[in-house]
Amino acid sequence: MKAELICAGFGGQGVLTIGKFIAKAGMKEGKNVSWLPSYGPEMRGGTANVSTVVSDEPIASPIVSFPDILVALNQPSIDKFGPSVRENGVLIINSNMCPHGCKRTDVQIISAPMSDIAAEIGSPMVLNMIAIGIIIGKTGLIKYETMEEDLTSFMKAKNPELLEKNLIAIKRGIELGKQ
Amino acid sequence: MSKILMKGNEAVAEAAIRSGCRLYFAYPITPQSELIEYMAKMMPKVGGCFLQAESEVSAINMVYGAAGSGKRVMTSSSSPGISLKMEGISYLAGAELPCVVVNVQRGGPGLGDIQPAQGDYFQATKGGGHGDYRTIVLAPNSVQEFADMASEAFDLADKYRTPVMILADGMLGQMMEPVEFKTPKTPEEMEELDKQHNSWCICPNEDGDKKHHHEINSLEIDPYVLEKHVNDLYAKYAVIEDKETRYETYNVSDDNEILCVAWGTSSRIVKSAINELKAEGKSIGLIRPITVWPYPTEAVKKAIGKKVKKVYVFELNTGQMLDDVKIAVEGKVPVDFWGKVGGIVFTPAEIKAKLEACFK
Repeated sequence: MKAELICAGFGGQGVLTIGKFIAKAGMKEGKNVSWLPSYGPEMRGGTANVSTVVSDEPIASPIVSFPDILVALNQPSIDKFGPSVRENGVLIINSNMCPHGCKRTDVQIISAPMSDIAAEIGSPMVLNMIAIGIIIGKTGLIKYETMEEDLTSFMKAKNPELLEKNLIAIKRGIELGKQ
Repeated sequence: MSKILMKGNEAVAEAAIRSGCRLYFAYPITPQSELIEYMAKMMPKVGGCFLQAESEVSAINMVYGAAGSGKRVMTSSSSPGISLKMEGISYLAGAELPCVVVNVQRGGPGLGDIQPAQGDYFQATKGGGHGDYRTIVLAPNSVQEFADMASEAFDLADKYRTPVMILADGMLGQMMEPVEFKTPKTPEEMEELDKQHNSWCICPNEDGDKKHHHEINSLEIDPYVLEKHVNDLYAKYAVIEDKETRYETYNVSDDNEILCVAWGTSSRIVKSAINELKAEGKSIGLIRPITVWPYPTEAVKKAIGKKVKKVYVFELNTGQMLDDVKIAVEGKVPVDFWGKVGGIVFTPAEIKAKLEACFK
């Protein structure tokens, strides 16, 4: 098993964090993982992206050219990385920020109004957890339990309310991913 | 101990502290700033000294002073900052002082950019500063190896009384991978470390006589004295070349039609391409120098099997390791090169295309 992900969006949407949680969960489940962020001027107000690899085998290149999974939280991310998603790969789109969507018909597209759902749950900060939920529901790449354990370990004492919202967001994402 | 997901910059800092480094002097620069940040945070907690110097020149001279006192000391920077440290590194090599210098390379020349590059190979392996000297240069290709090299670098520096450089790049510095650390040095081990250089280092003259008067110096006005000193240095370097050359072979066999040579980050990308081509039935080997000085010349020479029709060098520069490979190959087969500059990292697909073309 080897899954290559690219998560992309505006700086501040939490795309780097999506990759980090996936990598951390993969590591906790005994997989090899790598997390390679874009860094530099493009992160300030522009687009940010991160390549994450989760694999049973040792990871050679941490650079992802053809992702199996693309999480696109804004339209520029689809325009930039959409064409390189592997055939039959998974493209997860935040429809609130992607007015033009993706025209490809050879990939599995899950488009959801993640910004709206996050607002509904009560915090724009959980948007990236919805995306993680969709990854879990659609691909089973990592387990919900691993995420819950990880989030609980550092959030429960500090901010139990936000922890609850995060977990709700992941569960909503899983439902969306399974549809 | 369980694995932790960590950036290369942080992992090498943590590993250095666990190796007994308690003195760190540096000046911030992207893409190695997480290293100096980590040291700023952690050094006070372990009773060490963190100091952000007013410049890289100042930092390397603080390293000179600290190394002269026989303590484990480290500095780090990225390419332009390492250039500023070069005078100091020459002095450290001349005075035979142990220290560790980390270079998280970025695009050059000049201020260049802040993306990963391997353009400091010449500077690191061929001297860099003035005069006849060498530094041991370790080139990691993963976060785990980056961390492991901290303790290895300190051990080598102490063993040979010489500066050791860890030559990483922006990708290794910024990337997170799982890393497992060695247990930190115990107080007893720290005490041993502190005493190991007593025969030559500067220490308090407690008994008041001048019996243990030690000099830390790189100036020898008498040419015959300097001649002997340089020859002694090169006798030491010959031992290092003999005993400390390190490399990794990947998929190397007599069936190889192409032999690749790549170091650091580049080697990761080349491995991916080799894996894909292996699945298609093509046999390609890789030699990855782990020490880029001393260079694994013999290993490259030996890896050229009967069927190898070309040696292919891939680097994130304009071919700075190419000459070292050519020396090893001795003109037996053609040596080709492809690289990317400007801080752009080639992709597995690009390397695969270059290698595929060799089979046409």
